[in-house]
Amino acid sequence: MQRQFANQEFKRVSRRQILKLTPLVALGAFAIPPSRDYLLDRGVAFTDWAATKLFRTGHLAPTYPDSALTPLNRFPYNSYDTDKPEIDPDWSLEVSGLVRRPGNYSLDDLRKLPKISQNTRHVCIEGWDLVASFAGARLSDFLNLIGADTNARFVYVECADDYYESLDMEAAMHPQSLLCYEMYGKPLQAGHGAPLRFSLPTKIGYKSAKYLTSLKVTNVLTQRSYWGDQGYSTYADI
Amino acid sequence: MSADEQHRPISAGKASPEPAGLQPGDTAASGTGNAPSDAATSEQVGAAAPPPMASPAAPADQESAGSGTVAGAVGLPSLIPEAPASIIPAAAATPASGTFVAAYEHSAVVRFCHWLNAFALLVMMLSGWRIFIAFPSFGPRIPEHKLLNIPESITLGGWLGGALQWHYTFMWVFTATGLIYVGYLIASGEYKTMLFRPRDIPGAWPMVRHYFFFGPKPKQTEAYNPLQKLAYTSIVLCGALSVLTGIVILRPVQLSGLAWLMGGFHLARVWHFVAMCGFVAFIPGHLLMVTLHGWENFMSMVRGWKKNPDYF
Repeated sequence: MQRQFANQEFKRVSRRQILKLTPLVALGAFAIPPSRDYLLDRGVAFTDWAATKLFRTGHLAPTYPDSALTPLNRFPYNSYDTDKPEIDPDWSLEVSGLVRRPGNYSLDDLRKLPKISQNTRHVCIEGWDLVASFAGARLSDFLNLIGADTNARFVYVECADDYYESLDMEAAMHPQSLLCYEMYGKPLQAGHGAPLRFSLPTKIGYKSAKYLTSLKVTNVLTQRSYWGDQGYSTYADI
Repeated sequence: MSADEQHRPISAGKASPEPAGLQPGDTAASGTGNAPSDAATSEQVGAAAPPPMASPAAPADQESAGSGTVAGAVGLPSLIPEAPASIIPAAAATPASGTFVAAYEHSAVVRFCHWLNAFALLVMMLSGWRIFIAFPSFGPRIPEHKLLNIPESITLGGWLGGALQWHYTFMWVFTATGLIYVGYLIASGEYKTMLFRPRDIPGAWPMVRHYFFFGPKPKQTEAYNPLQKLAYTSIVLCGALSVLTGIVILRPVQLSGLAWLMGGFHLARVWHFVAMCGFVAFIPGHLLMVTLHGWENFMSMVRGWKKNPDYF
């Protein structure tokens, strides 16, 4: 479309056209720290919400043959774990919350549950990943053992190194979510979270908390996730 | 409005034979073309004696402006798809004194999406580089090769978590504006002026010669020259690639089928990086061409109208 303009009219038309772009000024909210932090937090929350819509309980993470395993000695752990926490020799997992049978559960109690061994991909938020061998009890079997209310929203765990993590019930009930006490056919090593850790193939690495000491089934979280509370995604689905 | 209407020149060719190379019946080629970043000048209209244009700097004729007088028959020819040049009133082509001709090149949807997408792309690239720094390699961690040393000072987010927040927030903006933009181009038919097709291949090399090796300027018969079409088409594909690979990197397990199609999680990261490189290649060239072609060319992406378009 082409037409002739008098100068005055062109100014008017231009102004009207430019006004149509004024909503872009809202981007300035990203320059002001309080509103920026709020908006970015909302952005992550929206991404997490979208991920819950995508999550399929029955969809299994790919598993791999032993030949695809990364050797155990090349499975890195972050420097946060080099100060390995002291573990009580009489270690047991303290269970509380919306469960019919709260109390302390030993490693032997966990070993009585069906042992699941799986080679799955561990994906770190940093971008690296590897295929590792994990074995342990299904978290869903354990929740069943303790008589957990599976209509509750979260499973919350605390760790010997002051780490903490929460899982939505859907992910906790996923058949590949493990309470892991073995890696590569051997009891967990200290750096990898002995005596008990999560192994969650449907979640990013930092959700697989190590050195578990307590587990709670709850609808209310006072803190969500060690890394999630610092700005990472709490849902952290992959 | 269709692209044909938008880019139809009123005056060009009025009294002259059609420029060589113009394909009759090809709507996109129905004129000397809208050349937002290319100086399709009077040389190509030939001896058609381009209509005199009032200089934008000329003092406005206050009386005529005040009375709201604009040349009659404005836009009329553009409503007649294949109007023979002879029926176009001469008045439409010859600006009255104190007036000038302007062309409506970009609709509000396109302009809005362009700027919002440009901002989102900038955020995605700067925060993406910070994310890359956390593990500047591809594939499994060990052996880790630091492929590229990106200085943190040019990145956004401050740390991996902060960069991910920007990335997770603006990926929605980037994707939404991209989809609206492409959807609008398809619905309006405007994509026809920009889509690089096999028939554009022969014209690409002469443009390369012109741009990079000081070759003669090829005659322009369409809104965009073949290289522009190539750039605008590939950058849209680049955007699509970055979104699809990004989704796979974000959800390699839930979308394991799509991940498999891309050759797995590791290759998806590589392709995501390649898409970023495509943007890195495009942006400086795009900015350079806009700068070379002047303020009015830039302003047409702001207010839609381009004053005294050079393709008259």
